[in-house]
Amino acid sequence: MVEAAARPAGIVGWLDHFGSLIVRGLDDLGRFFYIMASSVMWTFRRPFDGAELMRQMVRVGWDSIPVVFLTCLFTGMVLALQTYRGFERFHAEGFVGSVVALSLTRELAPVLTGLMVAGRVGSAMAAELGTMRVTEQIDALYAMATEPIHYLVVPRVNASILMLPILTLVGDAVGIIGGWLISVGLFGANSYLYIERTFQFLEINDITSGLIKAAFFGLTLSVTGCAKGFYTSGGAEGVGRSTTSAVVTACLYILLSDFFLTKILF
Amino acid sequence: MMTATPSHAQRSVEPMISVIGLHKSFGEKNVLNGIDFEVMRGESVVLVGGSGAGKSVFIKHLIGLLQPDDGHVVVDGIDLTVAPPEAVLELRKKFGMSFQEGALFDSMTVGGNIAFPIRRHTTKSPAEVTERVRACLELVRLPGIEDKMPSELSGGMRRRVGFARAIALEPQILLFDEPTTGLDPINTAAIGRVINQLRAELDVTVVTITHDMSLANRVADRIAMIRRGRILVVDTPDKFPKNRDPFVRGFLEGELPEALEDQP
Repeated sequence: MVEAAARPAGIVGWLDHFGSLIVRGLDDLGRFFYIMASSVMWTFRRPFDGAELMRQMVRVGWDSIPVVFLTCLFTGMVLALQTYRGFERFHAEGFVGSVVALSLTRELAPVLTGLMVAGRVGSAMAAELGTMRVTEQIDALYAMATEPIHYLVVPRVNASILMLPILTLVGDAVGIIGGWLISVGLFGANSYLYIERTFQFLEINDITSGLIKAAFFGLTLSVTGCAKGFYTSGGAEGVGRSTTSAVVTACLYILLSDFFLTKILF
Repeated sequence: MMTATPSHAQRSVEPMISVIGLHKSFGEKNVLNGIDFEVMRGESVVLVGGSGAGKSVFIKHLIGLLQPDDGHVVVDGIDLTVAPPEAVLELRKKFGMSFQEGALFDSMTVGGNIAFPIRRHTTKSPAEVTERVRACLELVRLPGIEDKMPSELSGGMRRRVGFARAIALEPQILLFDEPTTGLDPINTAAIGRVINQLRAELDVTVVTITHDMSLANRVADRIAMIRRGRILVVDTPDKFPKNRDPFVRGFLEGELPEALEDQP
């Protein structure tokens, strides 16, 4: 890309800068939707690469368990810590379990899992595909009559859509246990009562809507990572740029879409 | 072992690849400015030219990796520029392309790389795939390295594994993108021998782009000089060095009159 050597001054310069930002944003969004639509289309075409899907599921799902475990455990713990202190003021400590469970299943577990996996896996996807692009491995795929979207993007996107809800379920459980640990272990709450309150107000819809969100975040982060990698240019520096940009963009998309999904789902 | 010498007798009169009025620009930069060119069935053509002359862009059009702004590329009777994507994908199975640095998949072993197109496009049994991989490696004179990772190989070996992968599906057309860049003269000669051997044993049409005249002389039936996105001269290897065009003379002698220098 050729940068303008001298940008016009004043209002024109500002408009120029603002306009180019909008164009770049729309460009990104266009690529995002193109990669998403193509990967949906290629999902149903032969050959189906089960082995590659499995490999990606292990990378996205299994390998992310430790980071999701720690994130949600501590989030559950800090949530109990904060709500207990707050609720204590109006003698509502008994409801800490309900608050922890509802916050985690509906909001925190899917979003935090999405953000952590975006950092761990979305960046790796961008780096891997970006390196393949700049070393002509993607061209080589085309030359071998293989559509790169089919071979590279489809398994990554599908693995993410499948694994994010499972990771979120793990996060839900671990976070609730974290809250229990703090309430019972630190504040001496009644364990039986805490568990009862945890499930008293929890409906199946709270969990499923969280899982639907998680699947959507899986789609978002994998498509962003793949799109950024796929359209990388400019050698090693370009790969670095794509990787950073993949994480930032995926996190942004997750947080923005979270609002709208919540509005629709609840 | 038999080594083929390029011969004009192998050439047929039927074009395998026809390029008609090919134009391509990237932004403001015109890279190809109307290339008309034909490659006959069974022929080996080498395109030479300086850096930035448009060689790589040209070869990428032949296999549909780039779409022209204007003009047509017809391969084996099918116009790549108007054919539906499925037909282009199918047509690519007739091609084997070797890339500058090999472009091997670094997540797979050498064997996995060569087996990739076979597994993808044929229903061969694992034993047949292994046998084909072994045969391909033998053809490029690198037997027994199936289990090595690409990162363990030297530059010259990586290119040859790239060749082996390119011939895995028994293509009718082989494209070589700068096969000797960055290699020492001994490896360059070895690559030339391998290309000729592949031609002799596979009966393929070959298009090679390079700026290495020794390789061009070794493997070409015809040499075409490309400059500023146009074909400047096309001639046989014995007549090409006698060409009087000042740019060709400059290129061959490694010294270009200032007036003819291209802006980098």
